[in-house]
Amino acid sequence: MSELVSHVERKKVYVLVWVVLLCFTALTTGVAYIDLGAFNTVVALAIAICKASIVVLFFMHLRHSEKLIRLVVGVAVFWLCILIVISLSDFATRFRISRPSWPQSQPVTVHHLDMSPGTTTAE
Amino acid sequence: MSEEQHATLVAEQFDDQVQQYQAASLGMWVFLTTEVLFFGGLFASYTIYRYLHYPGFEIGSHHLEVLWGATNTAVLICSSLTMALAVRAAQLGKIKDLVGLLVVTLIFGLIFLFIKFAMEWRHEYLEGLAPGVNFTYAGPHAHQVEMFMIFYFVLTGLHALHMIVGCGIMTTLIILALRGAFSKGHYNAVEIAGLYWHFVDIVWIFLFPLLYLIGGRY
Repeated sequence: MSELVSHVERKKVYVLVWVVLLCFTALTTGVAYIDLGAFNTVVALAIAICKASIVVLFFMHLRHSEKLIRLVVGVAVFWLCILIVISLSDFATRFRISRPSWPQSQPVTVHHLDMSPGTTTAE
Repeated sequence: MSEEQHATLVAEQFDDQVQQYQAASLGMWVFLTTEVLFFGGLFASYTIYRYLHYPGFEIGSHHLEVLWGATNTAVLICSSLTMALAVRAAQLGKIKDLVGLLVVTLIFGLIFLFIKFAMEWRHEYLEGLAPGVNFTYAGPHAHQVEMFMIFYFVLTGLHALHMIVGCGIMTTLIILALRGAFSKGHYNAVEIAGLYWHFVDIVWIFLFPLLYLIGGRY
């Protein structure tokens, strides 16, 4: 019957994981008050990815899961990357390539794109 | 456990209890994969809109209450701990501990929802930051701020919906556990409910920095 019970984690491990997750939460909140420029977003996302990985590995037992389940998780991450990276590669390049004169500092909003007939948005 | 009792715990379509356990877990992971892409679509569109309308997103983000967001993150992390411990109690067949830990997890879930709705959403509604209901913000980049708030309400709303479903699952598990539905080696429902609960926690782990911490607070 022993194989019916999947790997039982020690309580200590769970508590340690919990403490680490709380520390990361405090860290990500704290870092938001320090000016790192564009790296604020990078750091925030890096911490979030670390936290998510810890939850998946320990709380969701991926550390001790079968290969099939690891494959499913890998597939989920892979497709999510396709979704976000390919969508963004379009938007991150679209305006500069198609409209080189587009002011870089100006935020692109719908209001700037005058689509009404009779007006042109010529370069 | 006698051979006879063992047989009653395995549904007809499975060879044995191990296969049944693996099938249940795999099914939940596949469901969670669809959930990743479900939220992923929103995260992707959020990223694109944030890229296109950054100034408004930054202003909108600064109107949210970081302290409540961080508190809710901590509440969910605590609930994940108690959920993980509940699964552990189920693995060991400690039904009393299981019930207690599920109740605590449920309470954390309800605290999260209370903070989300009664503290945050109510506050944002009263501030005039609720698009379509009460949106009176007229400062710089008003339309972009409105767009940010739409993302905020859709993302946190969808997450809250998952939390409400999770609380329903917790309640069901508590009732089942009290009725003696779980025993050592027979706890699939607790295990896969745990997977769901942790997943919802992970969604919030990403929502917190993406919504509350845009552009820093310095």
